[in-house]
Amino acid sequence: MHGLKFNQDLCCRCNTQACLTECKFIDIDNVTAQKEILKIARGENSFVLHECVTCYACEEYCPYNNHPFYLIVERQEAFGITPQPAPLVKRAINLSIPFRGEPEIKEINGPVINLGAFSQLKNKIKGRLFDGLSIISSDERKMFHYFCQLMYLHYGKISLIKERLPNVISTIAKHKPTEVICFHDECFGAYTSFCNAFGISVPFRPVHLFEYLFNRLLKLRDLIKPLNIKVAYQRPCSSRLCPDKHLYVNRIFELIGAMPVKRQFSDKNALCCGLTIQGQKKEGSRKKALEIQRKNIEDIEISGAEVCVFNCPACFDTLGIKLKERNITPILMSDLCRISIGEISFNDIKMSG
Amino acid sequence: MDSIYKALCDIVGHEYCSNLPEEIYIYSFDLGTAEPKKPDYVVSPRKVEEIQKIVLLARDKNIPIVPLGGGLSLAGLAVPQKGGIVMDLKRMDSILEVNERARYALIECGVSQGQLISYLKKHHPSLTHSEPGAPPAATIAGNIMIHGQGDLAHPYGFSSDMVLGLEVVLPSGDVIRIGSCALGAGWFTIHPLPDIGLFLGWSGTTGIITKLSIKLFPAKKIRGTGTFVVEDEELIPEIIYKITHTQIPEDIIVYSRAIPPFAKGLHHITVNVAADSEKELEFKQELIWDDTLGEYIKNDLGGYLGFTKDIERPQISKTSDYKKGGGFEYVGGIMPIHTYPQCYRRGREISEKHDIPYTVTARIIGLAHSMMFAWTYAFNRADQETIKKAREALHETDDLVIELGGVIWKPGIYGQRLIMDRLHRETKELMKKIKTLIDPLGIMNPGNWELL
Repeated sequence: MHGLKFNQDLCCRCNTQACLTECKFIDIDNVTAQKEILKIARGENSFVLHECVTCYACEEYCPYNNHPFYLIVERQEAFGITPQPAPLVKRAINLSIPFRGEPEIKEINGPVINLGAFSQLKNKIKGRLFDGLSIISSDERKMFHYFCQLMYLHYGKISLIKERLPNVISTIAKHKPTEVICFHDECFGAYTSFCNAFGISVPFRPVHLFEYLFNRLLKLRDLIKPLNIKVAYQRPCSSRLCPDKHLYVNRIFELIGAMPVKRQFSDKNALCCGLTIQGQKKEGSRKKALEIQRKNIEDIEISGAEVCVFNCPACFDTLGIKLKERNITPILMSDLCRISIGEISFNDIKMSG
Repeated sequence: MDSIYKALCDIVGHEYCSNLPEEIYIYSFDLGTAEPKKPDYVVSPRKVEEIQKIVLLARDKNIPIVPLGGGLSLAGLAVPQKGGIVMDLKRMDSILEVNERARYALIECGVSQGQLISYLKKHHPSLTHSEPGAPPAATIAGNIMIHGQGDLAHPYGFSSDMVLGLEVVLPSGDVIRIGSCALGAGWFTIHPLPDIGLFLGWSGTTGIITKLSIKLFPAKKIRGTGTFVVEDEELIPEIIYKITHTQIPEDIIVYSRAIPPFAKGLHHITVNVAADSEKELEFKQELIWDDTLGEYIKNDLGGYLGFTKDIERPQISKTSDYKKGGGFEYVGGIMPIHTYPQCYRRGREISEKHDIPYTVTARIIGLAHSMMFAWTYAFNRADQETIKKAREALHETDDLVIELGGVIWKPGIYGQRLIMDRLHRETKELMKKIKTLIDPLGIMNPGNWELL
């Protein structure tokens, strides 16, 4: 089984303990933080393993890219500390079992976009931004053959990712893609951060959706009409696995004339959408998730944003209706880009619900 | 020309009467596994007077008459077992009155679920009816006739418990009324007159309901569904008992199914909650998910999956996609809640024996006085072998309902026989007398509830 590349010495030398001290959900001082992360590194139990809400953020906070979050999840699994109750864990494990036969493999020999487990959004892959791209995972019945499995980080089941991910990679590779544009941050994080951390080889070049959109927009620059709207961005947990790609959010906004608002909870300080927290085993989790959502949405509202942009469809589903109730339009980044080149309008988005 | 055909055409017009093979064929089957039986004529009346004339003609010629609503019972209840006239009632589709303050709707028998939903949404947004989650073309009257249940079954019971008045054409051709409407008053109550409710649950063997008044209920501004998941089926009866004690939910459904895999071996309890404000909604949610079910979460026995602000109707029909060919039928048993674990386990056994992915669904009725437990079997319409397997599974399930102390809901012919074999002798005798009195020639949907 693939082992985690984790260097305990880096934690001993670290004088920030940012992995834990910057955590939005655990209140901890530097001294305790160092003690606890070293306990975890040594394979000892720690209250952190029980308190962790699995927001992924410590992967970004760590100044040495030492993978504290993957370590925490490994230890959670070793101690049988599953953040979610057993029935939800079983449900999640079953969720991504393919059940409608094998995928139809066509050799593409060109760039592809992988929708992962969001095949139902294939109608979003339209227009000039996606010219020349083939879609893999466009069949809802077979999408779990393309599902990156990283979701199990929320369930204390890292072994399942290590077990299933190589098969998924192999399925994608059979299409002979020259590059794989990942529709969701999580897939990109899986094929870059996670696979690097565990020494899983990836025989194709993953490309982050935002990087791809930015480059396409550069080519379509003449078509762009500045949007002149105030936008907020809901950063998903998996963005923490590829913080260098987070830069593309503002680059795209700049290019299409969207004005990012100043917020308390953005970038490094972004708040989880609450989806994974609401069902956790710890008492009060549902209310905790509601409180996080309230703070997050109020922050967006106070900032004056007219639109809230998403990468993650799960965040979109979780917060979308609540945002609409406050007259803030939720929208996927790809749709926002299509509006900027005149392919669709905000009304289309509002009408489509 | 066939004299009966000509007479029917004289009553409803040529456009609404047929004996053409291609149209007869369409009316010879429903979407379940019942063997097709061809009618001789199909007729679609628009007025009560036309129905009266058709009934008198059928009586005069001594030929069967089979009333048909949406034709979506799946149990073959409107398949003309002995030929005759299928009376398609879909043209009787007027919504005659909605009384906002007394919260009732007076409708004709062909009004569909979809029609009433959209009408209320447009004209009376503060009112709703108990909507069964059937296809929109299913009729209100059909659902009530079979003692169906809708998404307000938890607080208010069976759809037939929501009837406030009926107009019925008897096999004699007479038109009768039941309830306050029989006094020429409004259609607001079925009580307190002597009970002559002889038409619900009889599968159209005692008369043709032409008008009905049904209860409407407050439609709250926010309606949504929360889901709770448990693995141990033995926990379901006590969890349902506790949730129903809150008296908060509008609807409670429990389901488990082999496909998609996320649901296999797990029990998803979906709870519909309605409120007029966020404050009211959160108050209700706190009582259900935190105060009532919190202990199961804490003990690792159950998990809260979230709440969405829309109503996902029961989607049993999705099962039809599990096997190539898109067919499905289910046995619904009206069961005591405590039998849930056995219903689930035995249902899985039957499905697995017949190589059909299992699907079971329970809807809680009337504060857990009972539940409608549905065992669904998918088949390929183009493959007789899979239809045969599904039919066998359905019959075994009918037997199971009886064995577990339940009552088969909207039974097909096989299930009706099982029930009649076990009916209390004097009860059966009374039913025979009633049937003979009302329909002495036995022209009404013969083959169903044949007691003689």
